[in-house]
Amino acid sequence: MATTVAPGPIAIPATDDDVRIERHGVWKRFRRHRLALVGAVVIALVTIVAFSAKLLAPADPNFIDQANWSGYPLAPGVAHHILGTDENGRDLLSRLMYGGQISLTVAFFAVLMELSIGTVIGAISGYYGGWIDYVLMRITDVFLSIPLLPLLLVLTAIVAASSNKAALGFGVIVVIIGGTSWPAVARLVRASFLSLREKEFCEAARALGNRDGRIIFRHLLPNAVAPIIVQGTLEVANVIILESTLSFLGFGIQPPTASWGNMLANAESNMAIAPWVAIFPGLCILVTVLAINYLGDGLRDAIDPNMK
Amino acid sequence: MPLLLLISIILYWILSNAPGGPLAPYLQNPHITAADIERLKHNFGLDQPLPIRYLRWLGMVARGDLGYSTSNSETVVQAILERLPATLLLTGTSFALSLLIGVSIGIFAAVKPYSPLDYTVTTLAFFGQSMPVFWFALMLQLAFAVTGVTAFGYHFALPSAGISSTDEFDFGDRIEHLILPTIVLSLVYIATWSRFTRSSMLEVVRTDYMRTAAAKGLDKLTIILRHGLKNALIPVVTVVALSLPGLFAGAVITETIFAWPGMGRLFFNALGQFDFSLLMGYLLIVSFLVVFFNLLADVAYAWLDPRVKYD
Repeated sequence: MATTVAPGPIAIPATDDDVRIERHGVWKRFRRHRLALVGAVVIALVTIVAFSAKLLAPADPNFIDQANWSGYPLAPGVAHHILGTDENGRDLLSRLMYGGQISLTVAFFAVLMELSIGTVIGAISGYYGGWIDYVLMRITDVFLSIPLLPLLLVLTAIVAASSNKAALGFGVIVVIIGGTSWPAVARLVRASFLSLREKEFCEAARALGNRDGRIIFRHLLPNAVAPIIVQGTLEVANVIILESTLSFLGFGIQPPTASWGNMLANAESNMAIAPWVAIFPGLCILVTVLAINYLGDGLRDAIDPNMK
Repeated sequence: MPLLLLISIILYWILSNAPGGPLAPYLQNPHITAADIERLKHNFGLDQPLPIRYLRWLGMVARGDLGYSTSNSETVVQAILERLPATLLLTGTSFALSLLIGVSIGIFAAVKPYSPLDYTVTTLAFFGQSMPVFWFALMLQLAFAVTGVTAFGYHFALPSAGISSTDEFDFGDRIEHLILPTIVLSLVYIATWSRFTRSSMLEVVRTDYMRTAAAKGLDKLTIILRHGLKNALIPVVTVVALSLPGLFAGAVITETIFAWPGMGRLFFNALGQFDFSLLMGYLLIVSFLVVFFNLLADVAYAWLDPRVKYD
């Protein structure tokens, strides 16, 4: 077998087609998934454009074009604003680029945190079993049982009430989202570890006198990493939506810092005269999330064709 | 039951981290001095350590008292009961619509896999899952409420806020107000349930008993509906039961945007003033629903599929 996927009973290839796929491994299967490739390209483009905002953006995201702005959003094309301006006369395209930076960075770090917590808890739970497993899984159950959005809203409201809304910065949002959305990852990792710890190579590692920490991170974790990557990719999409929802409702990234979500917060009141203010930020979210979901779907098919 | 207790402990602990806890609304009131706060704290027993406060609160909840909602000037139970019918109307309609549309397009897609219809359904499902709900709501408002739609020589416009335009109940008016929020709330569920039905149905279509049924010479419709659907729906039932509480939680966004006078909007409005009892009550009820439907899903699964055994 040419693949490096998790060891286990090898499925007997049913047709010639399967044999061909199997031989060329993960990359080959991923390449066959055209939409996933398109997704990857779109994500790369969005990321590059957002992070070169300093070079590409036509204006400062918080600059108010007082020469042309008269209290109403400027339409796309007017006074060199390609996508127009928002209700405060700030260039929409520039804000979209800088907002993208925020939305993508929040998603990246929140998912990183989520994966770290989830992996550690799941690994310890699955490896040791017994009462440690019982305690950790009950805590996981609690977090799985409280609906995420209301919980996030309450947590951000607590931070807002403790000092003021301006305290809801980038770091706070990352910690709140990352600290509450790890249970799914923990369950996933625990399931892999439950089967991995019974394998011979784990026994061998133990017989050689390795410490538990080394067995968990050097021997078992690399074998459980494939589903974590898939889950992590799909979670980036979820977190982008979560963050933008929080920001839209006023409990996320606070203005004047642009994020795709909070750019939509004031769009509703001006929708009749300036629909573009409401359309473009949402379109950015939709396209990015769609691309990530297709990429995640393709990765899942490529890494483990039997996984659902 | 132990899980519910654990949930309530963790929720209580999280929420009491808010400055002032249940007294948070009074902190912003300039007419109330620090001494008053201390007196109130003592009167409400808030100077007691956290575990004692929790046990007292638990005793209240056990007697069906969720406390007093400061932002609504009524008890939490009253406030929630008042809004419950509106929420049930919205979530119930969305639930029925999602189930009907989601499951049926899932079946259509699975019966003819890789057909243009299948591709359309799968693509739409991906869009539905990737759509930020609040933006979808804004776009629907833009298209149907702000500008309105002109078709067949008529100009339509749907209301974008509230539950009715008149004080008296009018069926047509109520339906008009329901349309947009229902579509918004249903979108995600139509998308996930149709995807799930499709893959579950695809698996069933390949089984031996389906071939047997076809060999017996039954017509296609009977095979799909009587033999296929019955088995394909077993996992769907679980997914549907598990996502029901999410429907309530999702209603927070939909109700807020469409000014729908339900529980979700009640919860959202309580956030700004940090109405401790109401937030606590809402989270407790919604978490209780999650646990309840989890249990229900397990039971339903065992009941529908005799092959499943629980130790």
